[in-house]
Amino acid sequence: MLSFKIALRFLTSNKLQTAFIIFGIAVAISVQIFVGLLIESLQISLVDSTMGNAPHITITSSRDEITIRRWEQTVAQLDRYNFVEAISASANGNAYAKKGSTIKPVLIRGLDFDSADQIYHISEGLYSGRINNTRNEILMGKDLAQDLELKPGDSVTITAPDGSNTTLKVTGLFDLGISSINKTWVVTNRDVAQKMFGYGSRVTSIDITTNNLFYADVFANLFKIMLDDKDIKIENWKQLNESLLRGLEGQRISSAMIQIVIIVSVAIAIASILAITVLQKSRQIGILKAMGIKNRDVAFIFLYQGFLLGIAGALVGVALALGLLQSFISFTTSDAGVPVVDVFIDYFLIVRSWIIAVLAATLAGLVPARNSLRLNPVDVIREG
Amino acid sequence: MDSIIELVGVDKVYTVGSVETQVLFGINLSFEKGSCTSIIGTSGSGKSTLMHIMGTLDMPTAGSVVIDGQKVDGLDVNALAALRNQTIGFVFQFHYLLPEFSAMENVLIPCMIKNRKVDRQTLERADKLFEMMGLSPVKHYLVTKMSGGQQQRTAIARALINNPKILLADEPTGNLDSENSDRICNIFRDINQEFGTTFIVVTHDTRVAEHTDRVITIKDGRIESDIRI
Repeated sequence: MLSFKIALRFLTSNKLQTAFIIFGIAVAISVQIFVGLLIESLQISLVDSTMGNAPHITITSSRDEITIRRWEQTVAQLDRYNFVEAISASANGNAYAKKGSTIKPVLIRGLDFDSADQIYHISEGLYSGRINNTRNEILMGKDLAQDLELKPGDSVTITAPDGSNTTLKVTGLFDLGISSINKTWVVTNRDVAQKMFGYGSRVTSIDITTNNLFYADVFANLFKIMLDDKDIKIENWKQLNESLLRGLEGQRISSAMIQIVIIVSVAIAIASILAITVLQKSRQIGILKAMGIKNRDVAFIFLYQGFLLGIAGALVGVALALGLLQSFISFTTSDAGVPVVDVFIDYFLIVRSWIIAVLAATLAGLVPARNSLRLNPVDVIREG
Repeated sequence: MDSIIELVGVDKVYTVGSVETQVLFGINLSFEKGSCTSIIGTSGSGKSTLMHIMGTLDMPTAGSVVIDGQKVDGLDVNALAALRNQTIGFVFQFHYLLPEFSAMENVLIPCMIKNRKVDRQTLERADKLFEMMGLSPVKHYLVTKMSGGQQQRTAIARALINNPKILLADEPTGNLDSENSDRICNIFRDINQEFGTTFIVVTHDTRVAEHTDRVITIKDGRIESDIRI
């Protein structure tokens, strides 16, 4: 308790110096948290824009035939896992859409709309018309509709690979923000697609989203073991997006490196400042030793100083970081009110950075603590 | 009478690089419990070194030191610290008070080192010491706000708070005017009589020595005379 009291008094007796040290720590910690949060937000928005409208795991047929047998049973099995958020069984097929003299290749997606919408968020991307509720109605990607000059209410002829033609009515147009989808997707009722491609009652794909897309590979492996079905192929998004994952990993490592460098600099700065305070306070330490204070308690004075500086510096640092983020958001928001980066405040990252900063500052106190052990009281007294 | 400090054949040699300087030569001294002694000598005679050795702040190069029946050589740093804290009080030429603390806090520090907390009895003792020192009105002042005489008297109160058996004072009046010097000498006398504390005062001021019962003169690291008054 005496060590803590002395540490606190040493800090409060020289307020200006202490304020400078705290400010120095705070600036470093705020940069660390700001950079950490910004990179994390960039990652989240990158993953969100890439994966926001895509399934995490997709099950298709592994056999020559394109359709999946016993798919209802598989869906029922998958539905039991609590980490599965949405399942959509769809009947898909390539076809051609014809309007007047324009013919475009399309991907017919025969969906159970309600479950599929939880994965693809088509209703959110619908910018014209309405959702198709009945048979023989379709929704169409924005670019495809432009190519074919279609608008809600128009009809379009779809030609299946076997040459059969079906005329369907466009009820709505969507923009999912992904060019390949906007250019090729024609969304219809599953029954319509099954009939169009002659799939009977089967589907060609089971799409799944989970509560943690970064565990998609683990979940996919679990499905392989649990479903134990040689007729199906289970793929996760990580297999199909290796370059994205490498990019994210690169970002993560660079963010970690920046944070480590900042923390090390903070620790070195605190250690040097406190090492100087050992010299500043050598008279006091010398006389305390003459009065019989134990070396351990003297060492604790400097550990406590590091700890207190760390707590205060990191607290101010967190406040500065949040201020920096707020300024960043207001400076980078466009006139339309859309920020360049959707900043996601990760409280875990903030608390973790704060704890690491306090630990680093306390450990930095070890250097002056060690120096103080070498201080001989008689030298101080002799020098006067 | 029992002796509280015993020095037998104490030598002290300082080595700086390859140069060796011997400052004490075979000192044999014994101090009785409750006695009041002054050690006088000119600057550089070795009297302060002798006091540092008696206070376990420094170790002799040869010879042995026994304090309150305990042989000092062989004790580790923490045992020496505990011995100093509980048995010896120091007063130096400079007060060495902690400027960050008030007079009262400074006085209580040795007690906090000893017991880690301050009880009611200690506070009462501190109040009594401040009263003896004539410092009651300023006891809660920051030490930097006190006069030189007040600071030195606060340092004496700090040296006495743990009720030590020995009080070692090195030029305690060196920085004070004659009025304050006399006041401090009288305080030493009063404390010696009231608490039975053994006083050893190192000084070059013969007026301070006049207040003691025994005067040891040290010259060039050797005892020149040892007179009981």
